[in-house]
Amino acid sequence: MQTLTPVTPETTVAPTDALTFTDVTKRFGSLVVLDGVNLRIKSGEFICIIGHSGCGKSTLLNLAGGFIQPSSGEVRLRDKIITKPGPDRMVVFQNYSLLPWLTVFENVFLAVDAVYPRKRLPEKRAMVREYLNLVGLGEAMEKKPPQISGGMKQRVAIARALAIQPQVLLLDEPFGALDAITKEELQEELLTIWNRSKATVLMITHDIDEALFLADRLVMMTNGPAATIGEILTIPFDRPRNRERILEDPRYYDLRNQALSFLYERFAHRE
Amino acid sequence: MVAQSQRLSPPPFQRWWQTYGPQVLPPLIGIAAFLALWQGVSSSGLTRLPAPSTLFTDEDTRTLLLNPFFDKGGLDKGLFWQTLASLTRVAKGYLAAAVVGISLGILVGVNRIINRALDPIFQFLRMIAPLAWVPITLIALPNVQMAATFVIFITSVWPILINTTVGVQQIPQDYKNVALVLQISPRKYFFKILLPAALPYIFTGLRIAIGLAWLAIIAAEIVMSGVVGIGFFIWDAYQQNYVSEVILAVIYIGAVGLILDRLVAWVQRLIVPEQ
Repeated sequence: MQTLTPVTPETTVAPTDALTFTDVTKRFGSLVVLDGVNLRIKSGEFICIIGHSGCGKSTLLNLAGGFIQPSSGEVRLRDKIITKPGPDRMVVFQNYSLLPWLTVFENVFLAVDAVYPRKRLPEKRAMVREYLNLVGLGEAMEKKPPQISGGMKQRVAIARALAIQPQVLLLDEPFGALDAITKEELQEELLTIWNRSKATVLMITHDIDEALFLADRLVMMTNGPAATIGEILTIPFDRPRNRERILEDPRYYDLRNQALSFLYERFAHRE
Repeated sequence: MVAQSQRLSPPPFQRWWQTYGPQVLPPLIGIAAFLALWQGVSSSGLTRLPAPSTLFTDEDTRTLLLNPFFDKGGLDKGLFWQTLASLTRVAKGYLAAAVVGISLGILVGVNRIINRALDPIFQFLRMIAPLAWVPITLIALPNVQMAATFVIFITSVWPILINTTVGVQQIPQDYKNVALVLQISPRKYFFKILLPAALPYIFTGLRIAIGLAWLAIIAAEIVMSGVVGIGFFIWDAYQQNYVSEVILAVIYIGAVGLILDRLVAWVQRLIVPEQ
């Protein structure tokens, strides 16, 4: 039901591992942000990371993205050490990062075109349309980002990320700025297209309920500086998930209480 | 004329007047009041400045006003040709400034080391007034024409360069990260991300620069005597005490400056993506 995974250093990468953090430490100058992070993410797994601000969640994501390098230890994508950003680890950024001078279609096309330069044009255009239709933006393709709502922008960003068919999808609090209803809609859409793409997902969130609805495992970080993984909850609900059924499941409240007690008792934020 | 058109087609004019009247009337009243005040002050004898009515009452000025296209060779040309000569000089210098300013601005904006190397020089040079360049350019360049063009160039290049640099430097890290993740080619990055992101800043620079360029050409021509141009025309008229001709030329200068500014603003609206 839930496990208190004792995190042990790993030296070998199993063939089923998509993303592996081994003894990862990250310092910025004299500030130790992450200290000894070990995490093995299986291919196709959906992982949520939760923790108080300043616990190095984003640093963890940036390491996986290849935007920064660990001070010691290593991060691997399958068996390759990550040294720079690449389209095999696509990111959905916190603030959408759409180019406002391009239409919705062009934003996604830019990505598809950059990643699959050898595909034929009609094929690339079909891919863009397919993914925009998947997130329900078939009608808004010719609009520009300033003309659409925050929820729609995030849909475009998700479509852009998944259209290039990455091995790993990295999401940095993708729904943080959205209202509750849009948020729930997008969570469900994300699950639907994740289910099709089979990408491995690493997602930062602030929202315990969101994590319990989406993730296979919930990684909870201790407080920074020198943060590390405190505890990992395995979330056992069957997929495809149904929000109402989950809310009726007694295990849900059990898991929720564990996460709450981790965040607000054992690692309450010291201000 | 107003009465006539009203009688011929009252509804269209009335509709036009209802829409635009409130916008057109205040500036018209403002201009009329300004001219009346000027006329009053001039005819009261407080100043030697001729009244605006001299544009029509003074015979030479009236000839100039009504015949902008005459060309008697040498410096004796109509105001159209004088203005055109100045505009051509401005166009050359401004175009050179745009090309140099935008390319150098992008280079400096992208590369921090080049920025550090050149920024002090830029900051120093841009403080030098257009007129201060005149003697240097006259010494350095083979003829007056080139010197005048260079003065335009050196005056208008700084706002373009500095705004372009800022435009490139302010490109949000998010856009750069997108380019990094997608491993977008440098060429595509330049055209799809860098240029559109910097474009509003580039145009701000271009718009400031066109005003400065026009200001500078007048000053430059006044100093560099003996060229066809509206600036030298003013100076020449002043020397010969044709004061109403000076006023006529000043009206030309103001109108041309206004048109130039509007022209760049119009191009800006055409090109800069709406956000």
